[in-house]
Amino acid sequence: MTSVEMQRVLARLAHEVAERNGQSSSVVLIGIQRGGPFLAQRLGQALAELWGHAVPVGTVDVGMHRDDLNNRMPPEIFPTQIPCDLNHRTVVLVDDVLFSGRTARAALDSINDFGRPKSVQLAVLIDRGHRELPIQPDFVGRVVETLKNERIDVRLREESGEDHVSLESL
Amino acid sequence: MNWSRKHLLDIQSLSAEEINLVLDTAKAFKAVGERAIKKVPALRGKTVVNLFVEPSTRTRISFELAAHRLTADVVNFSVEASSLKKGETLKDTARNLEALNADMIVIRHSAAGAPHFLSRVVNVSVINAGDGAHEHPTQALLDVFTIREKKGRIAGLEVTILGDILFSRVARSNIWALLKLGARVTLCGPSTLVPRVFEEMGCVVNHNVDRAIENADIINLLRIQHERQRKTMFPSIGEYTSLYSLNKTRFEKIKPDALIMHPGPINRGVEIDSEIADSQRSVILDQVTNGLAVRMAVLFLVNGGKGPVELGV
Repeated sequence: MTSVEMQRVLARLAHEVAERNGQSSSVVLIGIQRGGPFLAQRLGQALAELWGHAVPVGTVDVGMHRDDLNNRMPPEIFPTQIPCDLNHRTVVLVDDVLFSGRTARAALDSINDFGRPKSVQLAVLIDRGHRELPIQPDFVGRVVETLKNERIDVRLREESGEDHVSLESL
Repeated sequence: MNWSRKHLLDIQSLSAEEINLVLDTAKAFKAVGERAIKKVPALRGKTVVNLFVEPSTRTRISFELAAHRLTADVVNFSVEASSLKKGETLKDTARNLEALNADMIVIRHSAAGAPHFLSRVVNVSVINAGDGAHEHPTQALLDVFTIREKKGRIAGLEVTILGDILFSRVARSNIWALLKLGARVTLCGPSTLVPRVFEEMGCVVNHNVDRAIENADIINLLRIQHERQRKTMFPSIGEYTSLYSLNKTRFEKIKPDALIMHPGPINRGVEIDSEIADSQRSVILDQVTNGLAVRMAVLFLVNGGKGPVELGV
């Protein structure tokens, strides 16, 4: 996926989020660390333009909520910043790649500690399949057929200077 | 970088990167303590044993609360109510705890090296909560965490540790941590308690308290460890107080942005003037708050330190 394609995809995702959520003032975007926060910011900007008001954007780190803490090196922990009370809000979780669904599950657990949202939706740039849990995205940038041992490399201009998504085999 | 240690036994063997990893992790855990729900499931189903063979309130409570906030189960074990009183060896006690499938042992012991010994005889993560006059690694980590939080950096800072250095495990762990992170460390106190031999670690030893504190960015005060001193190290408490305590006259001459630290318990009117301990410049209670976050980080990291490296999702 090139930079132009990514911009189009994000613009469409923003429109889909806007279409689904008539009550725009209740929407909060939460980017899942580490791939989600910059995408959440971009979606937040696009939605602010569509709606004509600022949209709160936050981040969540799921490291303390993972289900595989016993079997791996301790994960690096990045900031969790929840910008407002989540009670009665519509939370849109944003991540770059949806794979097993375990990160999304951990993110659901994690935001639970901050309140009881009215609803939670999931927006992802890439859905690469191979789900291990009954979790499906509400908004998908692109569905990519992958093998389990392949890797999706998402680069964003905020961090690596360019927007680029590629499929790599390990 | 990744944490790969199963134990936290001392600061001396840690790299600067490992220390910074603990500090970064602790920052995230500090935020957990500020939420309405101050608990995460990271250590769900794990058992932490607090094996305190030497008295402690603040460190034990801090570790206990840290374990609770990570959803671990905690067993507190104090020597008065245990079979160590009946002649059981430390090794046997620990192996019994291992047989009960404890996952982590937090140990405080009056003998230097007790945690290292334990880590060799049991297959459980061991965390040193203070061993004799050797080390108190989590205290040093919370001290550098507090300094970094307040000053934004460690490297290049002038840190003066004032008091009983010789018998202080806090001093030794702090010296290692501060030097590894690039601070300059000055030690001050009576020459009997601050021998020149500490210069070999890379510190400056200065027995003149006014000189030692005039340029300090951080002044870390240590209590006189009466329980460890076998003979009289200085003539009287009164003399120690007049020569080495941080009193109002000395306080007026230190840098205006210098921070006052103390690992506790403080002896008001001995090593520190009571009003100074409660002043805006004192970060003594911040140290306590940060201690909890640092201990959560340590429990979290050593628990994961046994698994194989897995490619992340």
